[in-house]
Amino acid sequence: MTLPPLIEVEDLHKNYGLRRALRGIHMRVAQGEWVTLFGPNGAGKTTLIHIIATLVRPSRGTVRLQGHPLTGDWTEARRHIGLVSHRSFLYPDLTAAENLRLYAHLYDVSSPEARIRALAERVGLAKRLHDPVRTFSRGMVQRLTIARALIHDPQILLLDEPYTGLDAGAVAWLTRLLGQMAREGHTILMATHNVEQGLALCDRAIILHRGRLVFESSRQALSPDEWQAVYRAYVEEPA
Amino acid sequence: MRAYLRKAWLIAWKDLVSEWRSREVFSIMAVFALLTILIFNFALELSSVNRVEVAPGLLWVTFIFAGLLGVNRSFTREQEQGNLAGLMMVPVDRSAIYLGKLMGNLAFIVSVEAVTLPLFAALFNISVPVWPLLVPLLLGTLGFAIIGTVFAAISVNTRLRDVLLPVLVLPIFVPVVIAAVKASSTVFARRSLLEEARHWIGLLVTFDVLFFTLAVLLFDVILEE
Repeated sequence: MTLPPLIEVEDLHKNYGLRRALRGIHMRVAQGEWVTLFGPNGAGKTTLIHIIATLVRPSRGTVRLQGHPLTGDWTEARRHIGLVSHRSFLYPDLTAAENLRLYAHLYDVSSPEARIRALAERVGLAKRLHDPVRTFSRGMVQRLTIARALIHDPQILLLDEPYTGLDAGAVAWLTRLLGQMAREGHTILMATHNVEQGLALCDRAIILHRGRLVFESSRQALSPDEWQAVYRAYVEEPA
Repeated sequence: MRAYLRKAWLIAWKDLVSEWRSREVFSIMAVFALLTILIFNFALELSSVNRVEVAPGLLWVTFIFAGLLGVNRSFTREQEQGNLAGLMMVPVDRSAIYLGKLMGNLAFIVSVEAVTLPLFAALFNISVPVWPLLVPLLLGTLGFAIIGTVFAAISVNTRLRDVLLPVLVLPIFVPVVIAAVKASSTVFARRSLLEEARHWIGLLVTFDVLFFTLAVLLFDVILEE
């Protein structure tokens, strides 16, 4: 028996007043798959991620997680989703440990202290756990943000421009960490406008432009140069 | 229900700890309240006769304007740090976010009132009957926090949030102000709250229960919109 896709999006529309952010998106993401969403600013990447993250309700269409439609009460679905967004969702006046503890309790994590220690080791912040977040560099904040998003061990990891503001070393570290998480079976949906970073580890990539899905292919089907050419062709041409 | 209340408390806890470390909101509210009382004290020449009649109104005006600064800041700070979305993703009914924010705001406003009231009594040379005054003070403050927290969540996504909040809150808060001032006047005049201000206390309780229920029911929609 074939399992349903972990994330299934059907005819998804989102309007903000007169502006149409998404126009009939159809998309499926299988369990353990890494899909990258490419698109310029305003393509609808963040809106799509926010709808799947249950932050925004669609104007029309359906989102299913493991075959269950996200309708009415989305509370339970949130246990399976971790989001790394433009913002860290961290409180600067709390320490790293206090931030992780807050989210661990909010997500009903059993054995929160062990989980916090394990994640702090994994993201390389074990020695800074008791320092306030406001003393952290951008790279350290992003490490803690990843730990925060993983605190409840979500099946689905949504990444919205996770490389923003990181230096080359931090980008390499984050790519390694995300690769480990993909190998561990996390399903990853990442939005980026950087084709090189987006293609590094994904199984499949999608190009969004002006709220429409305009191109979709497995990563291996095209070379990186061909991907760049396709991306430029779609993004620079009116859809 | 226990998990719901625990999560609401966690949200209030992180606000209180953040505030304890930054002292950002409390200091602004307290300084504003103290300056307002000082200005009233110098601007108004109150006799011993009319002092008791005017004092409750001055006290509530001070608390309301200082409180507006606090409730506005509670959501503005969350929005500036981009953390509201993080709370919205937590697996709990979103009214828990409201309840947590309400508890935090209530704690800030009550703290400012506790600091302001003795100074008010000293500057205006009024003997304040503290225990009876707690009834209208807490009920009125709770009503203000209930309304203020809802409208702070509404106004936080608007460009005019700093000026919009008073415009939204004050018209709805008018019945509470009237009831709180009338009940406080009864206390200041050393008359029996139960005998002479029962209907005002009843109005305060009704307002608090009604608007708290509405806020809890509607907060999910308010956050998403």
